[in-house]
Amino acid sequence: MADEQPGLSLDHDEHSQARRTFLKQSSLLTALAFTPGPVVRAAAAELDEKVAAAFEKVPLKLAVNGKRYKLQVEPRTTLLDLLREQLHLTGTKKGCDYGQCGACTVHVDGKRINSCLTLAVMQEGKEVTTIEGLAPGGDKLHPMQEAFIKHDGFQCGYCTPGQIMSAVACIREGHADSEGEIREYMSGNICRCGAYTNIVAAIQEVKNGGQRV
Amino acid sequence: MNRVDGRQKVTGAAKYSAEYQLPNMAYAVLVGSTIAKGRLSSIDTKAAERAPGVLAVITHQNGPKLPGHKPVGKDPSQPQTVGSALRVFTDDKIRFNDQPIAVVVADSWERARYAARLVKAQYAQEAHQTNLEANKPNAFLPTQAKKNPKSPVADYQRGQVDAYKTGALKLEAEYVIPTEVHHPIEMQSITAHWEAPDRLTLYDKTQGTMATRRDFAREWGLPEENVKVIATYVGGAFGNGLHSWPHESAAIVAAKVVNRPVKLMLTREQMFTMVGYRPHTWQKIGMSATPDGKITAITHEAIGQTSTYEEFTEATLGQTRMMYQAPNMTTRYRLAALDIGSPIWMRGPGEATGAFALESAMDEMAYLLNIDPLEFRLRNYTDKDPENGKPWSSKFLKECYQAGAERIGWNKRQLKPGSVREGDWLIGYGMGVGTFGAHRGTSKATAKLLPDGTVLLQSAVTDIGPGTGTAMTQIAADTLGVTPAKVRFEWGNSDFARAPTQGGSAIVNTVGPAVQEACLALKDKLRELAAAGNGAFAAARKEDVTFADGYLTLAGNATARVTYTDLVKQAGGQAVTVESKPSDKGREYSMYSFSVHFAQVRVHQLTGEVRVSKLVSCADAGTIINEKTAGNQMKGGAVGGIGMALTEAAVIDDRFGRYVTKDLAEYHVPVHADAPAVEVYFVNQPDPHVNALGTKGIGEIATIGVAPAIANAIFNATGKRIRELPITPDKLI
Repeated sequence: MADEQPGLSLDHDEHSQARRTFLKQSSLLTALAFTPGPVVRAAAAELDEKVAAAFEKVPLKLAVNGKRYKLQVEPRTTLLDLLREQLHLTGTKKGCDYGQCGACTVHVDGKRINSCLTLAVMQEGKEVTTIEGLAPGGDKLHPMQEAFIKHDGFQCGYCTPGQIMSAVACIREGHADSEGEIREYMSGNICRCGAYTNIVAAIQEVKNGGQRV
Repeated sequence: MNRVDGRQKVTGAAKYSAEYQLPNMAYAVLVGSTIAKGRLSSIDTKAAERAPGVLAVITHQNGPKLPGHKPVGKDPSQPQTVGSALRVFTDDKIRFNDQPIAVVVADSWERARYAARLVKAQYAQEAHQTNLEANKPNAFLPTQAKKNPKSPVADYQRGQVDAYKTGALKLEAEYVIPTEVHHPIEMQSITAHWEAPDRLTLYDKTQGTMATRRDFAREWGLPEENVKVIATYVGGAFGNGLHSWPHESAAIVAAKVVNRPVKLMLTREQMFTMVGYRPHTWQKIGMSATPDGKITAITHEAIGQTSTYEEFTEATLGQTRMMYQAPNMTTRYRLAALDIGSPIWMRGPGEATGAFALESAMDEMAYLLNIDPLEFRLRNYTDKDPENGKPWSSKFLKECYQAGAERIGWNKRQLKPGSVREGDWLIGYGMGVGTFGAHRGTSKATAKLLPDGTVLLQSAVTDIGPGTGTAMTQIAADTLGVTPAKVRFEWGNSDFARAPTQGGSAIVNTVGPAVQEACLALKDKLRELAAAGNGAFAAARKEDVTFADGYLTLAGNATARVTYTDLVKQAGGQAVTVESKPSDKGREYSMYSFSVHFAQVRVHQLTGEVRVSKLVSCADAGTIINEKTAGNQMKGGAVGGIGMALTEAAVIDDRFGRYVTKDLAEYHVPVHADAPAVEVYFVNQPDPHVNALGTKGIGEIATIGVAPAIANAIFNATGKRIRELPITPDKLI
């Protein structure tokens, strides 16, 4: 697999550093216990937050588009928010946050999932592929991306990365053998612009072209 | 030609308004009211302020004063609505459920979202009104109609008042459409960045960079040039980017308070409550006709819902007044103000609402007369505008009728409902007509000659998906006689040449001519440059210089040949900005785009399930600049019509004045499985009067008339006339 992202890794030393900070803060709290009430309460409230913040994060190792990351994430962070806000991979879109629209579809270990419905920490050790990592590299596009351009399988473009990730998976799953089957197995990806006719045409072309997806 | 921004969109490189990376970004989450009407008696933000990562909690108690803000109701700030757009944290009044009462700003989404839950409000609640039916008796004439009897929403009369009542053959029917919500897949989002204490940059999901700039410059008492609005990519909008909304106001306030760039994205639930919708509308049509199928009179009345702080109006009754030859015509439009956020135009806007009633009534009358519905429309076809007596600038609707009828297989249709079946499935055919004004406004465009030999065009216009950049690139390339690769069109930035808001199907009509004229002005410059470097060009007449295939050539002189790229390079960054306006001559004509939609449906006789099995959309939209993107727009509008006809309804629980449909699992927009392959036909005949390109506009007519085509097909299949949308299975069994 490809190189690590040095800027984003947090090694074990740094992690223990966070623990030490907590211990230091705890002793400070003990010391403060001898000072007058209101001051202690204010300081404790302030420190509680800091203590909580340090422990809100857990380590996570995963690969995204072939790059390995060692991260510290809050357990409540979704895979979608991790991709968009921390890794700045904004090709994966947020369209509902409830797993209803499909705009956030990515591949995890080759299978399509709604990245808004899964927590980042659940992806420990997994390989994630987003729209940014679908093409083979360089200027070359993935055949599905080419087909979407050719058949104009989008308008505003916002649901498009999700549609394309789903479309690729749909063929890999063997669910693209007819127009009707494609419609059924693509129904988790909403296109409010209504480019469905063209999306189905693009998927059919890739499927019938027999290219490896 | 493929879309110019296709590669950006399929690779995830296209950046939408919540995707700009700015240093030190903060995240904002709105807290909404939990009552529909009353006052905030107290709001406790202490717990939220103490939560980890929180930078600020802003309410009406501590929000900064907005220097240009006028109290609600005092400033008609939007040109087409009476009243004032809602701004946040300016008073303690609650006008609708989920109205923003606080914004929590933190250093991550997670922390902002968590802390927003800790804000606790107490209210002095008042009785609210959210039910349209119950408030029909309080409906009123819109203020603009009171001020101006010629307003499009004023009462209209030709011939006798309510003459249908004395007609030989008459029908009277009521039609209802529920509240429908735009729900673009990109939820409303904005990144607000105060680059200096008096300089604001907004990355915003808006349909008008200039309008958003104007609104927020005014709110903050800033010169317009101090505010920059960037909206290069807009993830769908369908009308909900036509207004400045409370969340935008909140993000700007938040960025000011924390002095960091602030990102705010609404939740799907908030998309129902604070960024507009197609209003719940009641309509009644009375129609009379002679036994041989000539309409003698129509009365069309509508009551649309609005908010208590803005009078939102739309052209619900426009199509009725001009579509058919009816000597007696009465239209009455009223509003009912409810304790709900303001509506805003949604694709096809009022015309789509009105067409559902009119085109359903046309079908009902055809059955009453025992005449084929297509034949009935032909018997009432108009060769000039019956509303004002003006000739049409162009009208090829008959061609659309014919093309659509052939493609859907209208001849397979039986007039008698329920006659065609396959097993348990009843099959029916229906049609619906749509029309929308071929509007053209004033626009500027800038064209620059770049040293690398390409032409750069710039316009402040946005693109919400129709392919504006692609159409403009083609217009420029065609005008200049070069390949599209030699042209780059940039859009979506308020610093670029002034352009109107994207909406009302008017962008190609308006910005297209500006691009064309800017390119013509560039050609004059290129001719001058060619003349300066080549005696033959200097001596030639203007009309003998040809621009084609990347060369300037002279008729009858094989040696006079200059490459276009060389000339552009010589020009060294020269630029022209032109302003393009509609001509006065256009006022002599009635200008409209027309469409007709034909639907074939299958209705399961036991379950009431409706499948739209075939949909043919035909349009007279003038010249088609790009068949691929225009066709896509038509198909998409038809899919929107399927939602309107069969699935979409936002439902309020009147006890609480709050939507119970709060996500896409409860508000059903069409998915892949709901949409057949839509077939599109364009007449593609230039309109000689709208502009020099011959365009008329597509966006609205793509949706207008689709819902009644499906409703009429369901009647043809089942004999059941459903006059309240959406037509869900419970209404058919």
